[in-house]
Amino acid sequence: MQAKHLKKTTSEWVFDVINTLLLTFSLVIVLIPLLHVIAQSLSSPNQVIAGRVFIIPKDISLMAYKEIFRSKLLLSGYGNSILYTVLGTIVNITMTILCAYPLSRKDFLGRKWMMWLFVFTMIFSAPLIPTYLNIRNLRMLDSLWVMLLPGAINVYNMVVARTFFMSTIPDEMIEAAELDGASDLQVVWHLVLPLSKSILAVLTLFYAVSHWNSYFDAFIYLSSEDKLPLQVVLRNILANAKMIEEMADATVEQSQRLALVEVLKYAVIVFGSLPVILLYPFVQKHFVKGVMVGSLKG
Amino acid sequence: MTTPPAINKKSRARVIYHGIMRHWQLYLLMLLPIVWVITFKYVPIWGSQIAFKDYKFAHGIAGSAWATPIYKHFLKFFTSNQFQRLMTNTIGLSLYNILVGIFPPIILAIALNYCRSKVYSKTVQMVTYMPYFISTVLVVSILTQMLSLSGIVNKAIEATGGKAIQFLSKPGWFKTLYVFSEVWQKTGYNAVVYIAALAAISPELHEAAIVDGANIWQRILHVDIPGILPTAITLTIMACGRILTMGYEKVLLMQNLQNMRASDIISTYVYRIGLAEGMQFSYSTAIGLFQSVVSLLMLTLVNGLSRKLSDNSLW
Repeated sequence: MQAKHLKKTTSEWVFDVINTLLLTFSLVIVLIPLLHVIAQSLSSPNQVIAGRVFIIPKDISLMAYKEIFRSKLLLSGYGNSILYTVLGTIVNITMTILCAYPLSRKDFLGRKWMMWLFVFTMIFSAPLIPTYLNIRNLRMLDSLWVMLLPGAINVYNMVVARTFFMSTIPDEMIEAAELDGASDLQVVWHLVLPLSKSILAVLTLFYAVSHWNSYFDAFIYLSSEDKLPLQVVLRNILANAKMIEEMADATVEQSQRLALVEVLKYAVIVFGSLPVILLYPFVQKHFVKGVMVGSLKG
Repeated sequence: MTTPPAINKKSRARVIYHGIMRHWQLYLLMLLPIVWVITFKYVPIWGSQIAFKDYKFAHGIAGSAWATPIYKHFLKFFTSNQFQRLMTNTIGLSLYNILVGIFPPIILAIALNYCRSKVYSKTVQMVTYMPYFISTVLVVSILTQMLSLSGIVNKAIEATGGKAIQFLSKPGWFKTLYVFSEVWQKTGYNAVVYIAALAAISPELHEAAIVDGANIWQRILHVDIPGILPTAITLTIMACGRILTMGYEKVLLMQNLQNMRASDIISTYVYRIGLAEGMQFSYSTAIGLFQSVVSLLMLTLVNGLSRKLSDNSLW
């Protein structure tokens, strides 16, 4: 293939041009909405309402962001989301490992039907109402628990973890440890977990992002305003004209307020995606790896 | 598996007993997950029996009386004037989404694979992968903002002399907006699987093709495409298996009174009559159960099909 580099044929030339155009097109299509939202959020309300902002902010103003930091609702939503994400991810990781490790052991009697017990829930799930009634019967409505327990194991992630254990930890190693008198719990703690740092990282990221971004469960199970996570607060603010108008500074003139509300909406969107976008460059490598691990079949 | 005749029943029971006792700690680890799956997954499945009952709060799930006839709620749904509309919307949106969604990740993966600059291909991959991590709430908000009357798209239409369109309240636009915003959000993520499949193609195949005088286009057509076809087939037919139970969070977020004609799918209807507006618990459960059972059957069918066609299956 090296030699081909030297004398590019016409068809390769054409291909390279088309290929580069295609990649650039994908890049631009993805970036424009993101840059546009950021630019709008940073521009002065007058420029925004006049529709003069594309992807570069005009008359930079942080007015909208100041309003955000005065909003009790948004700040408490942020706090709640952090709480649910941290606690929820801890529960997720613990439960996923507890489930995946025994199921990865070939000498674990009954693992076949236990595996089925979990996999079946991926292809058949109870409808919304019985699920809701179950949460109600467990007295979990509007409690912290409902944000942590019902989704404690994502069966797909569990299968990924199990595949990882089966493919990277040699049986001989576990047998050797057992011959040395290690119990199963000691094997897990001292042998398996230290060897599984990469899968733990991947699971943590996947679970944390899904907690941060989840909306529907909180939307149907939580009712107290002070317990709502950020996504629900964002939805309420963005879909409800009244709420967002109340956020806008009351001292601003009426004519100006309409414009400010518009900028505020963009600022709220940026504010909501900030943590994920800021962390993204550092963690995206692991995500790609995670999808790769997932695509290996178990 | 057959047991050797020398081992009688009693000693087989002993083998099992010792097998369990030797690894009792593994069973201890498994205890919490089993309790969890029963409490949060199987108890609601048991509770789905209210689809065949006239559920009353005061009587509970087990205590409510059976419906007469027992399939009353199912019959009501199949004969209701909503049935056809909901089925058309659900299947229409799913199929549209699957069809439009097949090619972009494959094209992106191949383009990335043949990109001569490593840095550029890494950059494009990283950026296109990013929208996957933006929450549905925010993706829908971005869409709403950009397409609103004062948004950039309508400003551009007006600047070129056109008339502003209220995209989000037009039923005719709903499915297209849904599907193409999915493409925007998921193409980079979905491409990763194909990139992995491309990387797994043996370089010898490419070398042989080059020796035979194949140009880049021919190599894509005759080496790369066949190499990723099994993955594409599996993913697509698996998606077809979930046609009735497609994710509905985003539909719900994009739904409004004006676009309801196109945006009302089975799942959003189940939510609306069960929790949001009516409290028709049994009726809503019956529709949901119909959906789950059809999905189960279709997934089983499609899984077998996938195994036959591409030697690849979910279970």
